[in-house]
Amino acid sequence: MTYQNPPTTPRKSATFDDYTLSEIRRAAATGIYDIRGAGAKRKLPHFDDLLFLGASISRYPLEGYRERCDTSVVLGTRHAKKPIELKIPITIAGMSFGSLSGPAKEALGRGATIAGTSTTTGDGGMTEEERGHSKTLVYQYLPSRYGMNPRDLRRADAIEIVVGQGAKPGGGGMLLGQKISDRVAHMRNLPQGIDQRSACRHPDWTGPDDLEIKILEIREITDWEKPIYVKVGGARPYYDTALAVKSGADVVVLDGMQGGTAATQEVFIEHVGQPTLACIRPAVQALQDLGMHRKVQLIVSGGIRNGADVAKALALGADAVSIGTAALVALGDNDPRWEAEYNALGTTAGAYDDWHEGKDPAGITTQDPELMKRVDPIAAGRRLANYLKVMTLETQTIARACGKNDVHNLEPEDLCALTVEAAAMAQVPLAGTSWIPGKGGF
Amino acid sequence: MPTVDLAKTSLRELNHALHQLKNGSNETAWEVINPKGSHAVAAGVAVPVAVDVRGSVGYYCGGMNDGGEITVHGSAGPGVGENMMSGTIVVKGDASQYAGATGQGGLLVIEGNASSRCGISMKGIDIVVHGSIGHMSAFMAQSGTLVVLGDAGDALGDSIYEAKLFVRGKVKSLGADCVKKKMHPKHIERLQKLLDAAGVKDVKPEEFTRYGSARTLYNFNIDNADAY
Repeated sequence: MTYQNPPTTPRKSATFDDYTLSEIRRAAATGIYDIRGAGAKRKLPHFDDLLFLGASISRYPLEGYRERCDTSVVLGTRHAKKPIELKIPITIAGMSFGSLSGPAKEALGRGATIAGTSTTTGDGGMTEEERGHSKTLVYQYLPSRYGMNPRDLRRADAIEIVVGQGAKPGGGGMLLGQKISDRVAHMRNLPQGIDQRSACRHPDWTGPDDLEIKILEIREITDWEKPIYVKVGGARPYYDTALAVKSGADVVVLDGMQGGTAATQEVFIEHVGQPTLACIRPAVQALQDLGMHRKVQLIVSGGIRNGADVAKALALGADAVSIGTAALVALGDNDPRWEAEYNALGTTAGAYDDWHEGKDPAGITTQDPELMKRVDPIAAGRRLANYLKVMTLETQTIARACGKNDVHNLEPEDLCALTVEAAAMAQVPLAGTSWIPGKGGF
Repeated sequence: MPTVDLAKTSLRELNHALHQLKNGSNETAWEVINPKGSHAVAAGVAVPVAVDVRGSVGYYCGGMNDGGEITVHGSAGPGVGENMMSGTIVVKGDASQYAGATGQGGLLVIEGNASSRCGISMKGIDIVVHGSIGHMSAFMAQSGTLVVLGDAGDALGDSIYEAKLFVRGKVKSLGADCVKKKMHPKHIERLQKLLDAAGVKDVKPEEFTRYGSARTLYNFNIDNADAY
């Protein structure tokens, strides 16, 4: 028997991993950057890196199901004659008709309404499906102004001026030709079948001084009735929040990089913006420095999945959160029941993100009349309502355990962090210590 | 004729009063005095009422106008007639940036010059400028008509969709995908109507050159990347 040298195990590069290699080959073959939907997929410091401390001898808990724990939130108390009151501190984020099918938009409206919260239009205007089925509807005012008109502005319950979003702070939108049906084309006043690029900047204002005048104009048009939100991507949360407040916003919506998009470049999603966890404390600090915390409400979005995430966002100082991707999953997005069809598209349930191609087997991110029939708006709306109610119960469970009779009474002192990074970002102590990086104390 | 003095009455009261008007109201002619550069004057008018503004206005005068006949007897700041739906706005003086931005209908007439980004992202509005317009005008213009009796600045009609541009004077440069096009009888006819509506006399449609989209950027192609 001859002796053979033992072979080394084939070793793949951590730098040039399988995904990276596949992307190089794809770019070389197609000559176009990768476009996809959803938010950042890389591992980021997140709410999972925080824990609640719970009650103990120094503070006592509230009885679950017996002692009241309020969840309602009022938005727009600063200037609006008609602020909106939501039963739960979880709202549905802006998603456009065009990127989503009509039945999906209807389901979002139905689910949000059952749960007592708001839903939001998107780039492409307001549809009857969502206005009719949403008790409280936030109307987005976007750079493209597709479908923007004063009649819809007046029948909205609040107006959200979109400056940016977490998936692509500084980027515009993209709706590829295959999703431009007759109806979508008509609403956007563009030829059918062409790629629609939504502008990244508003056409008629630049900078905070102009934004203040733009907000004035919208308030004048709507007779100062509607709350006006300003939505920013998680880029410079301290200054963006401060400038939004200075410009007159009633509500600031802050979207971290895990927040989804209908479509943009992969390189943009993964490499521009900050994680949601890193954005909250600077934004809250800006509000506190201006004496506006709880007067101008803060809505945080980007990667909110369950009641623990909601509770942690509120504890860090948010007034409410917003969900997009999670709401789509509740409707049926990426459901394993369509696995064979996901496989035929070269992907798998849970990874499908080519929302811009309009071939969604779940019938949500499509304008294909046959595929969209797969969304039963009543059943899907019910699932969304169930999910929202579960998240709310989970949030209350944590709040009661921390001894709070209102979920908004959660505070940073109820939290500790599992990692140094999360401790630094959330500005809460590392577990087992009293050390907050950058703040001293040990 | 109700006269509102903005030196004594707040902007909010003026706009609210205009919004309270119903179709068929007898108060069909309003006068606004002492605007002194106020922003959002007569914004959100939703009925066919005539509003004569005696003086110059700031940003967004007649914003989202839907049926009003607004005349500014002075100059207008940025975004005059932004997102107009229907009706008419006439500016007797000059207009600043973004005049008629994203407008979806109606007629905007600027009897002086308009600054940069005139008709940006226009979506069906008709704009007639008696003088000249600045750079980046009709950027991403989707539909509607922009008529310029004078000259146009740099990058006219960059990334234009289906809007129609007519310029009588010189164009400093055309933006990406914007090209000179042939005038057909239907364009002459359309132009004549707009010139008449805008009170332009002694100018013939044949004196204009038409510009529009080459439609080469409608669907993404990597070999066009240097055009973006």
